[in-house]
Amino acid sequence: MNSSHPAAVATAAAPVPARPLRARFAATMLAFAALAIVVCILAPLVGTTTISFSRAFDRSIPFQDNVDAQIFFVARLPRVVAGALVGAALAVAGVVFQALLRNPLATPFTLGVSAGASLGAMTVIIFGGFTAVGPWSPVPVASLLGAGAASALVYLLATSPGRVMSTTVLLLAGVTLNAFLSALILFAQYLADFAEVYRAARWLMGDLDVGGFDSILGALPLLIASFVGFATLPSSLNLLSVGADLAASRGVDVARTQQWAFVSASLATGAAVAVAGPIGFIGIIVPHLVRLLVGADHRVLLPASALFGAAFLVLCDLGARTLLAPVEIPVGVVTALIGGPFFLWLLVRHA
Amino acid sequence: MAARPSRLIATLGWVLALAVLSGAARSAPAQSAQPASRIVSLVPAVTEILFAVGAGAQVVAVSSFDKFPPAVEKLTRVGALLNPDTERILSLRPNLVIVYGSQADLLAQFKQAGIPVFVYRHGGLSDTLDSITAVGTATGHAAGAATVVAGLRTRLDTLRRRVAGRPKPRTLLVLSREPGTLRGLYASGGIGFLHDLLELAGGSNVFADVREESVQPSQETLLTRRPDVVVELHPRPEMADIADARRAWSPLVSVPAVRFNRVHPLGGAYLVTAGPRLGGAAEAIGRALHPEAFK
Repeated sequence: MNSSHPAAVATAAAPVPARPLRARFAATMLAFAALAIVVCILAPLVGTTTISFSRAFDRSIPFQDNVDAQIFFVARLPRVVAGALVGAALAVAGVVFQALLRNPLATPFTLGVSAGASLGAMTVIIFGGFTAVGPWSPVPVASLLGAGAASALVYLLATSPGRVMSTTVLLLAGVTLNAFLSALILFAQYLADFAEVYRAARWLMGDLDVGGFDSILGALPLLIASFVGFATLPSSLNLLSVGADLAASRGVDVARTQQWAFVSASLATGAAVAVAGPIGFIGIIVPHLVRLLVGADHRVLLPASALFGAAFLVLCDLGARTLLAPVEIPVGVVTALIGGPFFLWLLVRHA
Repeated sequence: MAARPSRLIATLGWVLALAVLSGAARSAPAQSAQPASRIVSLVPAVTEILFAVGAGAQVVAVSSFDKFPPAVEKLTRVGALLNPDTERILSLRPNLVIVYGSQADLLAQFKQAGIPVFVYRHGGLSDTLDSITAVGTATGHAAGAATVVAGLRTRLDTLRRRVAGRPKPRTLLVLSREPGTLRGLYASGGIGFLHDLLELAGGSNVFADVREESVQPSQETLLTRRPDVVVELHPRPEMADIADARRAWSPLVSVPAVRFNRVHPLGGAYLVTAGPRLGGAAEAIGRALHPEAFK
């Protein structure tokens, strides 16, 4: 009698028959995983040049003589892997920030994490200095430090020890810090020589041409840590996105959930921006798109967004490197050009 | 939309400035027949030319990015391409201002104020030689300019003869990249003075077919173009680090330049400044391409 009670729609805590849900969950995940895998397998097969795959995988030819293998393993494969990781990280960070801030307009870049990262990168690009650390070259190192400093600052501004975070304060502090850091970025560019301004502007458009696995390996520990954090969140986020009081009354440790959400999403964003620069649009478009497709339950939404974000960014980068070849289109431009109209179409169709 | 009010304010500012300076402005056209005695240069390349042709003593102010010759250290700074300080430029009462061709607003302003303007345009090697002659004429140092041009020509001809008949290696001329990696890499395309220098120094540009001054190639494009030699031009000398270059290029082992250790980072602003020091830049590139010709 009570199985179709309206309250069961939004809250995951409501008792729902386990088996059909699990089957639907499995089917949904399978579909999204298949999409991501197909895209990631097909993407490195296409490029600006035609290469021979039998030669690329021929182990009898020394690697240094094998141009086809080099194009496949140095130019294309790292690019696809970077695209998948960055796309997944930004998409999930978008979902988490939207739930944490209870604001559909939130993106991974709303709270100033990427502005901090960008300011760090700009500083090295324009004024030089700085050294490489392990697999990281100087620009990503500075970008990571900037992201860390900015998120620490926002966090300190918005919290007082042992108390629940005020999302309003967090949002206002983050948006203000974002604007402040953006002004500093503009000021740094204004002081710079115009050749450097151009390089800096190019970095801000985002780029996945990583040329090897070094920077990916550098980002991997951070991304793994952030995804471990994400894995603890879905059920609590379902309740939190309805309201902190409701979540607390259902036994959610709100302060802790907020901490994990903020730290994980900031970590994912910082690592993604250090690898590829601030690629826009993924972090707002993909969460909404996937929500329209699978609903608002974070247990489905989080993993589905990760898989869809990966597929989406790899596809956009494929377009970026082939559409106008030999000239490349900045990948951030492609994400906006493809994502914008697609999202509007979906929105109008559902409304 | 926002541009219009600010332009209005700028125009109003100009009316005021003109009122204050009207005496000086009115007498300016009469002076223009005579060589300029108070020069403001917003273009570092032209500053170098001014000092080389012997007009250094007439220069009263330079751009914020001027570093050469050392004499500019003592001169007033008046901003640069994006942020020229027009008020300060006017207060210096110049009778020749050197601007970039793209500074259209500034050009119009000086025209209104009756201050003669020398418009510098970026181009090929022959444009640089023409600029030297034109700067000499405008500042009353035509003979000095002729000497500089002749000296530069002799130096370039000597280099051309030195490398003549040698095989021309397919060369990638890198204009900038991020330290430690090949990301954000810009290379010279098939036009511009840097391309001209490379061809003159006995190289064959791998991007000669691209009719642009600069190209931003992907790793895949670098692998398919397969340069025999890579020459990197770093305006900041400390960026020309062979260890850093080796590390950055090491993933692309199938590129002949990488395999046979022919990646040459060169450092110094003279390499990329279209002025009298281009002879030295051409020789540095020639030395990297044809070390055996300089024994």
